[in-house]
Amino acid sequence: MKFEPMNRRLFLKTSAIAGVGLAAPMHFIRNAYADDMSCNVPTGDTVTFGWNVPLTGAYADEGKDELKAFQLAVKHLNGEGDGGLISVLKPTALKGNGILGKKVAYVHGDSQTKSDAARDGAKRMIERDGAIMISGGSSSGVAVAVQGLCQELGVIFMAGLTHSNDTTGKDKKRYGFRHFFNAYQSGVALAPVIGEAYGKDRRAYHLTADYTWGWTQEESIKNATEALGWQTVAAVRTPLGAADFSQYITPVLNSGADVLILNHYGKDMVNSLTQSVQFGLRDKQVNGKNFEIVVPLFSELMAQGAGDAVKGIYGTSNWDWKLEDDATKAFTKSFGAEYSTPPSQAAHTCYVQALLYADACERAGTFYAPEVIKALEGFEFDGMGNGKTLYRAEDHQCMKSCLVVQGKEDPKDKFDLMQVVKVVPREETTYDAAMFGGELGPSDPKQC
Amino acid sequence: MFNNPARNDWMLLAGFSAVILCLPILLEPIGAAYPALMQKFCIFGIFAIGFNILFGLTGYLSFGHAAFLGVGSYAAVWSFKLFTMNAIPAIVMAVFFAAAFAVVVGYVCLRRSGIYFSILTLAFAQMCYNLAYSVLTPLTNGETGLQLTLNDPRVVDGLFFEPSAGLPRVDLFGLPISGGGYAGFYLCAITLIVCFYIAMRIFRSPFGMMLRAIKSNQNRMRYTGFNTRPYLLAAFVISGMYAGLAGGLMAATDPLVGAERMQWTASGEVVLMTILGGVGTLVGPVLGAAVIKYFENIFSSFDDHALHGVLGFLPNSIENPIVSFLSLFVGDGWNLTLGVVFMLIVIFLPGGIMEGLRRIWNLFNRRPGNRDAMPVAQTQPAE
Repeated sequence: MKFEPMNRRLFLKTSAIAGVGLAAPMHFIRNAYADDMSCNVPTGDTVTFGWNVPLTGAYADEGKDELKAFQLAVKHLNGEGDGGLISVLKPTALKGNGILGKKVAYVHGDSQTKSDAARDGAKRMIERDGAIMISGGSSSGVAVAVQGLCQELGVIFMAGLTHSNDTTGKDKKRYGFRHFFNAYQSGVALAPVIGEAYGKDRRAYHLTADYTWGWTQEESIKNATEALGWQTVAAVRTPLGAADFSQYITPVLNSGADVLILNHYGKDMVNSLTQSVQFGLRDKQVNGKNFEIVVPLFSELMAQGAGDAVKGIYGTSNWDWKLEDDATKAFTKSFGAEYSTPPSQAAHTCYVQALLYADACERAGTFYAPEVIKALEGFEFDGMGNGKTLYRAEDHQCMKSCLVVQGKEDPKDKFDLMQVVKVVPREETTYDAAMFGGELGPSDPKQC
Repeated sequence: MFNNPARNDWMLLAGFSAVILCLPILLEPIGAAYPALMQKFCIFGIFAIGFNILFGLTGYLSFGHAAFLGVGSYAAVWSFKLFTMNAIPAIVMAVFFAAAFAVVVGYVCLRRSGIYFSILTLAFAQMCYNLAYSVLTPLTNGETGLQLTLNDPRVVDGLFFEPSAGLPRVDLFGLPISGGGYAGFYLCAITLIVCFYIAMRIFRSPFGMMLRAIKSNQNRMRYTGFNTRPYLLAAFVISGMYAGLAGGLMAATDPLVGAERMQWTASGEVVLMTILGGVGTLVGPVLGAAVIKYFENIFSSFDDHALHGVLGFLPNSIENPIVSFLSLFVGDGWNLTLGVVFMLIVIFLPGGIMEGLRRIWNLFNRRPGNRDAMPVAQTQPAE
């Protein structure tokens, strides 16, 4: 085909086609809704939640457990099963007949532990399936990305497993809420315990997952341990999802460090810890002291993956199913009855988030997002397994107790791999909300 | 203009435009008619068309095309951060930077052909990925991804209006592009149609013929006195610009960019799209892109729940085994399904989906004496 010179007929034809093309979108832009509508406020007799969890990638195990917890939460909210934590939450507006008389439905997607995929999934749930709330995420990078999207679309994001300080710090958003604890709180909780166990004169070597969570955890743990009098020899960043850590572990041996701090999670932590133990780090004597390994963020699922390597290792945890309070017992019982395994901390935080959102809607008396946000901000509750808890209005971070745990030396079975060393009370883990900067932004409703 | 051999091309362009602009209606039955996914169809369509200009015409298999996509995305987001939320400057910047980068990469990589070229581009892309992931963190924000923030300067916007509370949306002179809605989709759709038209012109031009000649026998080209390098470099840069444009649009519809966009899997994906759709065809890559994105977004969301819903009419004793077998292929097993589909197509339809369509077409339109029109799977030497 030749490039035809532009003549009058061709020009008219082309501009007619272009005109139709440009006018077509106007046809599809939906009319503005009434004033009291925010994105996806349900009009039928169901309300849809979106579970955006990693089913593939480095955090897949946690993601699968999160999905189970969400499904259980939906059951309980709809009044099926044994009701779980609904009866233990104090104060509660939940009635166990759905939310504001509407049945709860859910959709889910695989976030693949990748920001792009997670945002695609969240957009599908919001735009196609009409999800009013998005929850999930096992990586802080993903959580921060999805939280930003939710702020933009005006849909509330109840963060699941995300431990970075940035989620409710530098990158906090008005539409994002986090129940899980963060790296700073881990540092505050963990430092006194390891200081007592390993002494005040230690040289630490950090291996850090190279993204927002790793960076903030490294910083928090570094600050907390240096306050004890420890020195930091080096902090090395490793890519997320690396299967082989040997190239990072070998230099540790010759660095003169006597503590290795693994800022890894999920399969990364399973691999790096197992390989460190195989390299014989824990049998070494450096500077006249036993070489020690610390994993600041610890979970039962990872302990199962790492097997014998976790024995004696210190870390922190948001929650553990072996706690003795009523809420923990109730949740472990109904989760166990449903799936015949005890819940992980990831499952717990996701379940609690779903219930707290539902409760906030009931208390606000509407699904209108700005009102629900108001109901969640500054909400003080008890009976979710972490004692008295405050959803802080300034940064949307929950203030509550957290745990210092240690790998058990002689576990009874594969669910009994960790023991709770210390429950660190809320007073000690509370910090200044302005410490990490960031801005929540407005809560104005969005039409979508 | 309809009475020359180019008539079919105009028909094709008109048909293609109609289909793309009507996607919201056409995709409704298969549950894909929401703006975010349709944007992805168009954006990856552009990406694959551009890739096909290089791979389909010259036979040079680049395994690092995602790098250009990433460069485009980063350039666009920086334009949003520094200058203005208008989509046009961002897209222009995306294309410009991708082109500049393609000149550099192409100049180095095109000194070799065949497998060496593929490996060189792969190495370049992986290098970019690692740079974006860790070394260039101030520029790319590493694994967390580059995002807009409230205290970005946005100097041009600042001159004209007061910033509102909260993050601004990407707009096209008042029309909101990011943040959902159909405006973003139509921007992508119209860009795709324009890109398709340009690709068509390239395919039919003497320049396109040159590129095909390079594919069929580069040595003979050289012996007849042609210097093939400038043609190759031009094709490579055009193809890189398409990728940059796709990256720019991706950033415009969703202003966040992470390093994983440049990973080798992303580069591999566009190769899959092109082969799945049909190498060297005009429409094929777009089809391939749509199929892959559909699998990734829709198939991954099915679960046992949905399967039970579909197969609910069967008696339980039959339903349960079928559901537990099929559930291997949906949900997190979507990769498996895609693999099976890909294998079947490569084995039975080496020309991709387009060959399948052509075979069906010929089945119903077989006229005597028209046997030549039967497509023969052309096996290409791996060079």
